[in-house]
Amino acid sequence: MYARTVPIVPASRQKDGAFEYLTTRKDELIGWARKFSIFPYPFVTACCAMEFMAVSASPYDTDRFGAALPRFSPRQADLLMVVGTVTHKQAPILLKVYEQMCEPKWVMAFGVCATSGGFYQNYAALPGIDKVIPVDIYIPGCPPRPEMVIDGIMQLQEKIAGSRHLIVNDRF
Amino acid sequence: MEPPLFDGLKQAIVPASGPGVVSHGILVFVLAPDELLPTVRQLRDAHGFDIFLDVTAVDWIGQVPRFEVVHHFYSTAHKVRVRLKVRVPEADPSVDSLVPLYGSAAFMERECHDMYGIHFRGNADLRPILLYEGFVGHPLRKDYPKQQEQPLVPYRS
Repeated sequence: MYARTVPIVPASRQKDGAFEYLTTRKDELIGWARKFSIFPYPFVTACCAMEFMAVSASPYDTDRFGAALPRFSPRQADLLMVVGTVTHKQAPILLKVYEQMCEPKWVMAFGVCATSGGFYQNYAALPGIDKVIPVDIYIPGCPPRPEMVIDGIMQLQEKIAGSRHLIVNDRF
Repeated sequence: MEPPLFDGLKQAIVPASGPGVVSHGILVFVLAPDELLPTVRQLRDAHGFDIFLDVTAVDWIGQVPRFEVVHHFYSTAHKVRVRLKVRVPEADPSVDSLVPLYGSAAFMERECHDMYGIHFRGNADLRPILLYEGFVGHPLRKDYPKQQEQPLVPYRS
């Protein structure tokens, strides 16, 4: 169902088989752990907040994916959920919040305004938060259905599970 | 049905441009710029208009004078609204501030100054309130480019 996985071992590092086997198993283990402990930081600015509440609450319950415990300090969060329209006046705040987050960190653009600005193509709104910070998962919709958000979280989990997780140095 | 206060208001306030008319239940007066402050003072002191609702502007681009500054007032005693319109030219888009009469006018005039560039004589604090420092131009003017952005953070390439 989800074919979008990042190759775990780049071609340049496929030389030493034993080392790569160890590295891959380590990445799988840490990826498995990290994908079930996505602590989100809700950067909630607009009406998508209603849908964020719906998807957080018990009928849809993102806690099933380990992504329910909102940390209201970006320093403790793994996932920056940008929920709603971000204006040009607010972009410096968003950038500061992103820079305060510790690695590893991921960003979700929740709703069409965070994705591309939506219908706000004017002087006030930022045309997509990826103009300012890198984004891992885009969830379009005005607002997105809770199913779409859950699908986005699951795809992010796939991405985390399939990524390299460097914990010691730039090789391991 | 027109509120009974309107007849008295129409007789009490007769601007040079003609008597007031009722539009959608609101009594509308079109004033000259120098008639604004005396009229507002009269509304507040003699007729009980105790709430200043809003000030905004209309950009009639291509017309002379170009801008129309619109004030709204409400009377909690009579439960009626009055609208005052003042035309100001593009070269000097300034009207008298209502801050001496209504304290709440300060923020609304700042917003109107942000969006339309109307200068309110007597409002000492016309810093940006919804826009930010460094924003060039007035975005709700009709000649502001529709998608002109002025980002505060440099975009990622």
